[in-house]
Formats: sequence, C-alpha cells, structure tokens
Amino acid sequence: MAVKTNYLAKHVRALKPSGIRKFFDATAGMTGVISLGVGEPDFVTPWNVREAAILSLENGHTSYTANAGLPVLREEIAAYIENYFCVAYHPESEVIVTVGASEAIDLAMRAILDPGDEVLVVEPCFVSYAPLVTLAGGKPVIVQTSRENQFKVTAEELEAAITDRTRAIMICSPNNPTGSMLSKEEMERVASVAIKHDLVVISDEIYAELVYDELYTSFAALEGMRERTILISGFSKDLAMTGWRLGFVCAPKEIISGMLKIHQYAIMCASTMAQYAALEGLKTGRKDVNEMRRSYRERRNFIVRSLNEIGLTCPKPEGAFYTFPCIESTGMSSEEFATGLLQAEKVVVVPGTAFGEGGEGFVRCSYATSMAQLQEAMNRMKHYVATL
Amino acid sequence: MKLTATEIEIAEILEKDARLTNEDVAKMMDLSLEQTKEIIKKLEDQKVIVRYVTLVDWNKIDGHQGVTAMIDVKVTPKRDVGFQDVAQRIYRHSEVKSVYLMSGTYDLSVVVEGNSVNEVAHFVTQKLSTIDGVISTTTHFVLKKYKHDGTIYDADHSDKRIVVSP
Repeated sequence: MAVKTNYLAKHVRALKPSGIRKFFDATAGMTGVISLGVGEPDFVTPWNVREAAILSLENGHTSYTANAGLPVLREEIAAYIENYFCVAYHPESEVIVTVGASEAIDLAMRAILDPGDEVLVVEPCFVSYAPLVTLAGGKPVIVQTSRENQFKVTAEELEAAITDRTRAIMICSPNNPTGSMLSKEEMERVASVAIKHDLVVISDEIYAELVYDELYTSFAALEGMRERTILISGFSKDLAMTGWRLGFVCAPKEIISGMLKIHQYAIMCASTMAQYAALEGLKTGRKDVNEMRRSYRERRNFIVRSLNEIGLTCPKPEGAFYTFPCIESTGMSSEEFATGLLQAEKVVVVPGTAFGEGGEGFVRCSYATSMAQLQEAMNRMKHYVATL
Repeated sequence: MKLTATEIEIAEILEKDARLTNEDVAKMMDLSLEQTKEIIKKLEDQKVIVRYVTLVDWNKIDGHQGVTAMIDVKVTPKRDVGFQDVAQRIYRHSEVKSVYLMSGTYDLSVVVEGNSVNEVAHFVTQKLSTIDGVISTTTHFVLKKYKHDGTIYDADHSDKRIVVSP
C-alpha cells in the first residue's frame, strides 16, 4: 500500500527549527574555533555532586523514584526555595522534580492551556517558549521589549497584548539571551498586570543564582503572586549540571496536581542517579556555586568593558552568563555579523534574531568560557570590527 | 592587616594567573586602570603579594626531572627563640624549598630539591642532620607529582560542550 506523503501533523510541520542549529552546522570541520555561543557553564559539575551519583549507582539506586521525585530531594528543594527566596512550598504537594527546567515549562503550558488560549511570551527569550505554547494547543502572543529599556518588559507592553483569551505570562529574569534582570519594582508592575487580569506567571528562574550585583527576587515572593506563579528552576546553571537534565517546578497544589498527571504519563520520573546528585548539590554545593558566581562576575566585567571598547555597545547585564551587544554600528544584520565573524575570525556568537525578531541588531555572547579564551575572542572580534 | 574585599579578590585573581595584565585585572574588577595599579602596588609593598611564580612541570624535560624529598625533622626548641633559630639554619640552604612548623609527631617539615637521590642524601646527612638542635630526620622521596598547589598536572581542559546551544 502506498504510504502517506507526510505523516507529520500540520502543526509540527509548521514549527520552525531553532535558528541556532545553522551556526552549529557551520562550525563542523572547523578547527581553532572559539565559541561564545554556548548556553551552558564551562565548569564541570562539582566533584562531590558527581561522586554522589556514582555512590547512588554503587548502592544500587537504579529503580524509579516517586513520580514527583525523591521525597528527600523535594524537601531539600522546598527548604532551599524558602531559605533563599522566602517562599514556602509544601514538598509533598507543591514540588515536582522534572527532566530539566525545559520539561517543567512544557508541563506548565500543557497543564494550563485550553485550545486557543493565549500566552504572552516576552522576547527576546529562550527558544523553546513559543513552540511549547503551540505544541500545547495554545497561541503564543509575542511581546516585544525595547532596547531603550534593556529589553525589560513593561506593564504597558503587556497590557497592549492582553485579550480575553490571555491565560499566562511567560517570563525569564535574569534573561537568556540579554542577561538583564527585572528590579523588584519592575517585577511588581508585571505582577500587578497579572493580578488585574487574573493571569498565571510562568517564571523561568533558572538563572536566579547567577546574579552579580543585587539581590534576586522571585516572582512567587511578591505580594499576591504565590497563588498564580509557576516557579521553574533547576540545577543546570548554578551547579553546572546541564547534561544531567534535572530541574524542578514549584506551584500551588492545584496546578502541581495537573502538571503531575502529565509528568507521570509522559516521563514517569526524572533520572534517579541525577536526583541523588542534585540532593548532594543542594546540601553541600553552596561553596561551589559562590565560587562559580564570582568567576562569572569577573568575566562579565571583562567582556562588557572589552565589547564597549571595540565599539559594540553593551550595558552591564545583571545576571546569567550572557551579554547582548548591539552590532548596528557595523551596518550589518545580526546574522551577517555572526556569519562574517565565524568565517573571518572563527569566533561563534549567536545572532539576536535566534531569540526573536526583536533581537535584530544584537548578538548573544556567552562569557561562560575561560578567561584565556575570552581574551583571545575579544582580540579577534576587535580585529574583525576594525577591518569592516 | 585588614584588606577590602576588592583587594582580596585582586590578590586571588593574580594568585591564579600572575600574567594577567593590569588592564585585564581592571576590566575584571570593573575598576579604572589607575585604581587597579594602586591596589596591586599596595599589595606588593605590604608583601601580601610576595612573588609572582610560574608552575613548571620539569618532569616533562629530559635531564631536568630532579628529585624532591619531604623530610620530617625533630628538633630541640631553644629558650626564647623556640624553633625559629633552627628553622632559619635550615631554610638558608638553597636546596631547601620550604620549611613548615608542624603539629604532630615531628616539628619541621622540610622540602628539599636536588638533581639526584645522592645529592639529597648528601645534603641530609652532611648538612641537615648536623645542625645543632636537630634530633632526627626521616626522609621521604616524592615518586610522582599528580597535583601541586591546586593545579593538576596534565589535566584534561578540553571543552566537551557542543559548540552552539540555546
């Protein structure tokens, strides 16, 4: 019998592949490349954390855990969130351990959206938010932020996008790709919009520990927000555990119970050895996190000053490990700049447009790479810009 | 002596990599070049920064492997000067790389480097053990250095990450 010409669902066919892939392919076979295009720490997971995973294997912890994750890990997560961010969650009913923060975002969308419901996606942002809304049957409504405001979303920008189908605001602060972080006052303005229109805030707080100059505030800690916030975080960035795929979500009981149903059918539970590793990280990893944070801060300061000296203007980002310099002075588009830089100087940066149309005129440079590499990358970028 | 957090951080940055230029340190600390130079000079003047060193893996160089021994030394302390006097008599020898006063079953830990086992043995028997106040010595030769002053020799620093990720 003849096969159907295309087995793929229409909405999957319509899904655009990530714009980052192209740059990954372009580097294949090249040697001497310095990549500022990496969205993960350059540190290896601290040894005590790795050792805990090895020990869990030695002890034969190779079976499933509870769907929501090891009870002791959920207790430790709840205690951590309460200690550091001053929000109390019940470990038994308000925490799920997920396969990375990515799964938690997917769960959140699938749990709260009816077909056609709208989610305000604040751009520029991580590549998965809008596609996950679409895959959950919802409609992503892009909220463009302005460069004058360092890409921090305002209440007015949100208000202008709200319809009677709006269900949630998807937000990430400190932000990937810009590194900028909303101040407490700016967050309160977003919160008041959410409260006024009875919206959920899906808060991707994966970079909460990588904040360099001021204190971090969680959306869930704002007045009137705990009951409408889905707090998503994980171990990837602060404990350098990206490859372990381990995150978590904290939210009010009703929302968590819905998310847990999806999680138990789709995933069953997160990797057991990774959960034991994360448990050790929460218990003893603070010193490592503090050291890594300081190292990132030094490198942030270095790259921001260097980029500005080169003529690629760049405000000092408050968090994460990204800078988002403006490349308009070169007269090139983001993609032309990034492609040219790779070909001429073998330095990888990611065009701002990979994170939304509003990223045109900017590139994302990650400083999660060694000082020696950063110094060399800055020399090469200086040479590239000077020869344009 | 009290130092500010900034001064301490600069000392730590240079401890990790003494070859960073003043300009780079200034950028990393988000200070002006002048401020940075001033702090480094202060640290040097106060002997907080004592010396800038380079860690060389001589084991890689034929004919330069050398021999390192760690020697436990028992000492009779002297009235008024304690161990100071004997320590001084030991560390004045150029073969001696470090001298530490220890808690435990012996008093001074002495690290000695030489070109051969014979050379070190000669130093221990002829020089070290004959110093007035030295009661006994126990010599341990280093067979292989895996990690030194926080640095792993031949560590794999290759970047295992994918080149581009979101």
